[in-house]
Amino acid sequence: MNIQAPALEYGALAPILIILAAAVIGVMVEAFLSAKVRAPIQLAISLGAVVLSLSQVWNLRGSATTTAAVNSVVIDGPVLFMQGTILILSLFAFLLIADIDAFAAQASAVPGSSEEARALESGRIQSEVYPLTLFAIGGMMIFPAANDLITLFVALEVLSLPLYLMAGLSRRRRLLSQEAALKYFLLGAYSSAFFLFGAAFLYGFAGDVSLAGIRSAVSGGPGNDVFLIIGMVSLSVGLLFKVGAAPFHAWTPDVYQGAPTPITAFMAAATKVAAFGAILRIFYVSLGGAVYSWKPILTAVAILTMVVGSVIAIAQRDIKRMLAYSSIAHAGFLLTGVIALNQEGLRASLFYLASYGITTIGAFALVTLVRDSSGEVGDLNRWIGLSKRSPAMALIFSVFLLSFAGIPLTAGFIGKFTIFTAAYESGNIAVVVAGVLSSAIAAFFYVRVIVMIFFTDSKQDTVTVAIPSLYTNLTIWIAAITTLALGLFPAPLLDFISTFSTFAR
Amino acid sequence: MTSENLIYLVALPLFSSALLMLLGRRADRWGHVFATLISASTFVIGAMEFFAMIDRPEASRAVTQKLFTWISVGTFNVDAGLVLDQLSIAFVLLITGVGTLIHIYSIAYMSHDRDRRRFFAYLNFFIAAMLLLVLGDSYLNLYVGWEGVGLASYLLIGFWNQQPEYATAAKKAFVANRAGDFGLSVAVMIAFANFGAVSFVGIEEKVDGASQTALTAMGLMLLLAAAGKSAQFPLQAWLGDAMAGPTPVSALIHAATMVTAGVYLITRSNFIFDNAPTAQLAVVMVGIITLLFGAVIGMAKDDIKKALAASTMSQIGYMIMASGFGPAGYAFAIMHLLTHGFFKAGLFLGAGSVMHGMNDEVNMRRYGGLARFMPITSITFGLGYLAIIGVPPFAGFYSKDKIIETAFNTGGLQGVLFGSAALLGAVITAFYMTRLMLMTFFGNKRWVSGAEPHESPFLMWAPMAVLALGSAASGYLLYSGKAIVKWLAPVVDRDHHEHAEFLPAIVVTTLAVVAVIIGVAVAFIKYRGELSESAPSDVSIFTRVTRRDLLQDDANEFLFMRPGQKLTQVLVKTDESVIDGAVRAVGSSVLGSARGMRKLQTGYVRNYALLILIGALVALLAALVVTI
Repeated sequence: MNIQAPALEYGALAPILIILAAAVIGVMVEAFLSAKVRAPIQLAISLGAVVLSLSQVWNLRGSATTTAAVNSVVIDGPVLFMQGTILILSLFAFLLIADIDAFAAQASAVPGSSEEARALESGRIQSEVYPLTLFAIGGMMIFPAANDLITLFVALEVLSLPLYLMAGLSRRRRLLSQEAALKYFLLGAYSSAFFLFGAAFLYGFAGDVSLAGIRSAVSGGPGNDVFLIIGMVSLSVGLLFKVGAAPFHAWTPDVYQGAPTPITAFMAAATKVAAFGAILRIFYVSLGGAVYSWKPILTAVAILTMVVGSVIAIAQRDIKRMLAYSSIAHAGFLLTGVIALNQEGLRASLFYLASYGITTIGAFALVTLVRDSSGEVGDLNRWIGLSKRSPAMALIFSVFLLSFAGIPLTAGFIGKFTIFTAAYESGNIAVVVAGVLSSAIAAFFYVRVIVMIFFTDSKQDTVTVAIPSLYTNLTIWIAAITTLALGLFPAPLLDFISTFSTFAR
Repeated sequence: MTSENLIYLVALPLFSSALLMLLGRRADRWGHVFATLISASTFVIGAMEFFAMIDRPEASRAVTQKLFTWISVGTFNVDAGLVLDQLSIAFVLLITGVGTLIHIYSIAYMSHDRDRRRFFAYLNFFIAAMLLLVLGDSYLNLYVGWEGVGLASYLLIGFWNQQPEYATAAKKAFVANRAGDFGLSVAVMIAFANFGAVSFVGIEEKVDGASQTALTAMGLMLLLAAAGKSAQFPLQAWLGDAMAGPTPVSALIHAATMVTAGVYLITRSNFIFDNAPTAQLAVVMVGIITLLFGAVIGMAKDDIKKALAASTMSQIGYMIMASGFGPAGYAFAIMHLLTHGFFKAGLFLGAGSVMHGMNDEVNMRRYGGLARFMPITSITFGLGYLAIIGVPPFAGFYSKDKIIETAFNTGGLQGVLFGSAALLGAVITAFYMTRLMLMTFFGNKRWVSGAEPHESPFLMWAPMAVLALGSAASGYLLYSGKAIVKWLAPVVDRDHHEHAEFLPAIVVTTLAVVAVIIGVAVAFIKYRGELSESAPSDVSIFTRVTRRDLLQDDANEFLFMRPGQKLTQVLVKTDESVIDGAVRAVGSSVLGSARGMRKLQTGYVRNYALLILIGALVALLAALVVTI
């Protein structure tokens, strides 16, 4: 048999290939170099790869839509924008990863064992996290670009598997971290099964796994409607799990709390971009014709997600869990952009993802600074009176919280405003009303934290704000400035996004 | 014509102010000198612009400078632009000239204050804001300067805010000014709604087609704004308390420049008022009420600065009244404003000099016989005194005489009433100023023990001397050959109205001089001899009421403060019980449901997986039901 070697479009694939190649090199470094020099080299490789990849994305920005790798990957405007966003967020995530002694000396050691104590004594720092992160980034970059369900699944696993491991790398509170990793893995595998199940049914319905094929089958093909529904719902469950939409959200707070904070920041920001990229593509491109079947379901999910995220967040006493529920609520707000199913909705979603991502990175970066002798302090009660110890950081954290709450003059307001506008224009009033109401509820707990930080007198005085190193400082300040800048002058970015917001069909 | 230099008038002092505030204590050693030099350089720029303006033909004297496009929404565009014409140059010279003199004076006056640098930073900020106010080419740009001077005034009244009553005085001024600012903002809105423009030129073009109602409403709102800034009835109460600020501030802001911004506003808005006779009448009425009100209060004040403040209020009343007479009056309003800028600033600086020599005593009952110990101060103060009461040929004589004449010339019974009120004001002015003069510089010594009056240093008396020269000569200079009237005509009297004469000018002049003589004579008889050290207590109800500032504070308290407090209390109660109650109920119910929903978060993977499964099944069922 004569097999023709497929022609690869290296130019269009370059951003992805650079990251994956760097990940492979990172594995080599881990295997062959001595432990002392690994960490700085890994950091240099990672940052270099991200910057290089970012420049490739930038070079591609104006080019025409293409498919690559035998039609399995599509490179169009939204993909490029999301890849760029993921890369920028990853850049900051790497800065956080590099900066903080958040990672276990030897993740495989049993917590509390003498082996672990020895590893700690040796003063080693885990540097496997760099190639793992690079692999995850690679998966995230393919995820929104995947042009068929198989590629989509592969990307899903490529991005998920490293994340499962990374969640278990925390240096402190090892048991909690390992529990989080295991939960994430089990539930992730479970939801992947749903995804595959759905993919199989969609293939049964359309006779094709490519998104374009499913699209033409949906809009007037002879397929079996029950197959379509089962496939669509199951596939959605797999994807909605990744973004943490209710009722598939239960893993989020546990994992966000247990994972090392830099990893939480990376997951919360970059994973959300990638997963929403895939969701937007599937619903906008493939399933647009079946909108009347999925719109009510997705509307219900969106409303449930917003309400659950906002309401349960109120009862949280741990800052990371609270931010986890806030991230759930934000997933709900983002779903309204999916439901809108119009140009404006896509544009708003892209803006929302970019602005939310940067604010989230900044907020988690700040969480890493509040600590006592045994590491980070998550307990909100001990954040009381923080402003006395570090007014600047307290002020910046308030900016992030206000942006999450969607208060004007911050990026969060513009994001919510544009996305609700898009949903309103698509005629979906219910979801807008629910969105605005849960925003109001959400504002309550954000502002409550601000009140705790600024206006409550602390009784105990054990928490300190660590002096941020250059990396963390840079991340926090850039995130804060971006959050404010996008709130004050959103027009340039919105206009910029407009040039990207058309999916290739 | 355009000019590239106007921006420096505003930018230089603004920059200097920011610099002095940012550098903080590091600038303590040279800050005052720097600020004074900056102020002087704005005067030089102003003077150069003035001479350049004189050289140009009348039609092209005004220059403009567009800075940037400020607001651009659809068809509505506001440029941040400056305009320097015959009217604004008069103000620029007054502000920078008197301002610089007062900067110089303050170097000595504030030399013992450890916050002198901050004081000069505020002064420079004031100069910048005031220049922006008079240079702005639209109501919106004017508004920025208007708020800026309000802020500067607030900061400087409360400069010694470690004393609670001074801080209160600053707050009072601020609140009264807010009431006026509200008027200005509404006026801007009316302009925008009716003319679709906020620039002076843009509105003037469209004034012909506007409804009488809109013009009258806008005129009244502008009058409200003017009343707030210029301490006119009914917003006059703050000016007396504003004397809490350092005396140079009282001289610059609360006598010579800022408080006259209302007169500028009305004069600048001549195209509105000339077409809105009702608003114009209101302007005249407010002016007359205030000129008598202030004069009466001035009769009973023992605090030298408060007496001068009452006089300021009264003199601005004259200006406001004159600007209400339309094209016939604008030029005289501005002329009185300029002469008043000289003599009142001089009087305040003189008062500051007296206080400087008397351990900051302000009670005139504890002065007396100071002429011998402070010869220069008493001479400069005396010149200012002659000017304000209107003795020919000093400055005030020309300007006030012209206003009285214009009042009579409005004609008919109305003219007689206006003119008589103005004459009555002149009598009272002569009375209280003579009283002030006698109590301070003549008569028996009633000093507090330990007082050692001495003449002030050169840096203080030099500005006083310059201002005294202005008090003496500026009236003649401005009026000879009707200079000021011709100069301002292109701005305020484009149609060159011929103004009818009701009484021959010589008759009015005679009446005015007689009025002065009466006032001086009465005061002389009453305050000639020995005076007691404390104010007599067995006095008529009229005197007692006057000592309480004609109950202005009581009226404000009764009409606004008490009902305001009641309203606030009711609102607070409502807020606490109804609104907070509702919020709390919502909050606790949300928290309750949050606690309930939290129970789903058991931490067991099996439960989570079950939740996912149930969610998926429900979604599947729902989707099938919806579709089929």
